[in-house]
Amino acid sequence: MSNHITSLHIRSVPVLDQDEALDFYTTHLGFEARDDIDLGFMRWLTVGVPGQDTSLLLELVGGPQHDESTAVQVRELVTKGALGGLFLHSSDVHATYAALRDAGVEITQEPVEQPYGTDFGLRDPFGNHVRISQPNAAPPQEVQDTYEGATTA
Amino acid sequence: MGQPRELSKREDTHRRMLRARDEMDRRYAEPLDVPTLAAIAHLSASQFGRVFKDVYGETPHRYLQRRRVERAMTLLRQTDRPVTDIAWDVGFASLGTFSRTFSNVVGLSPTEFRARHAPIAVPSCFIAAWTRPREPHTTVVSEKHVGTDAD
Repeated sequence: MSNHITSLHIRSVPVLDQDEALDFYTTHLGFEARDDIDLGFMRWLTVGVPGQDTSLLLELVGGPQHDESTAVQVRELVTKGALGGLFLHSSDVHATYAALRDAGVEITQEPVEQPYGTDFGLRDPFGNHVRISQPNAAPPQEVQDTYEGATTA
Repeated sequence: MGQPRELSKREDTHRRMLRARDEMDRRYAEPLDVPTLAAIAHLSASQFGRVFKDVYGETPHRYLQRRRVERAMTLLRQTDRPVTDIAWDVGFASLGTFSRTFSNVVGLSPTEFRARHAPIAVPSCFIAAWTRPREPHTTVVSEKHVGTDAD
């Protein structure tokens, strides 16, 4: 049952500096800047993959929904890599990897062949994990079958 | 509105320790040593183990062991390669050390684990994160060398 839900619209990513986040996600990952609105109580800053509806809200940690102690804890969790991450697709994962590596982006794992495709890992400037994958065309059962021979991760 | 302050000292420490931990995740099969990792974190070798444990709750050596065991679990699940080969591939220098560490962390021998578990078809980063064995109990280990795992 879908319960009438039609899409994933906005996903919040905790960041520690919105200008730096905007630069990283647009300059390096190629996201397009969408909303950048001063609401007074917050800067509503969203980016997204061109041609795709889902937006990332680059949300500054430390708003009034958290007391100072909690905000400190969240910032520490971000910087120690303990919060969630993003999983993106690329049409040419090796080209994406080379461009990000050459730009000095923090790579956590070089491209590796997986049963479902090829992927690599990186951190955004704050510690959030981003994984970029180029899926192969194998159907799910074939992916499951090829796990018999998988050796990398 | 306004932008936040610079990273606090503790946040900056976390960020540097995360880089060192990422290096262990990436080079888990190599004989990593404390000075190498400490340099990544911009700390002295004597400070590194203490600060890592403060941030992540376990010693670098134990973290690396769990990373290696997690990889071994994946290889045991998804291939039919000999246990000895897998032990070498994930960075253990002896089958005995591998088997003892694996059993200590997982609660099963490598062979028993293989017999009970089937392959999993989801992206590898989620498998790595969610199949990483938890610490069964507090273990005191040497900090001199992070990644030898040799007898």
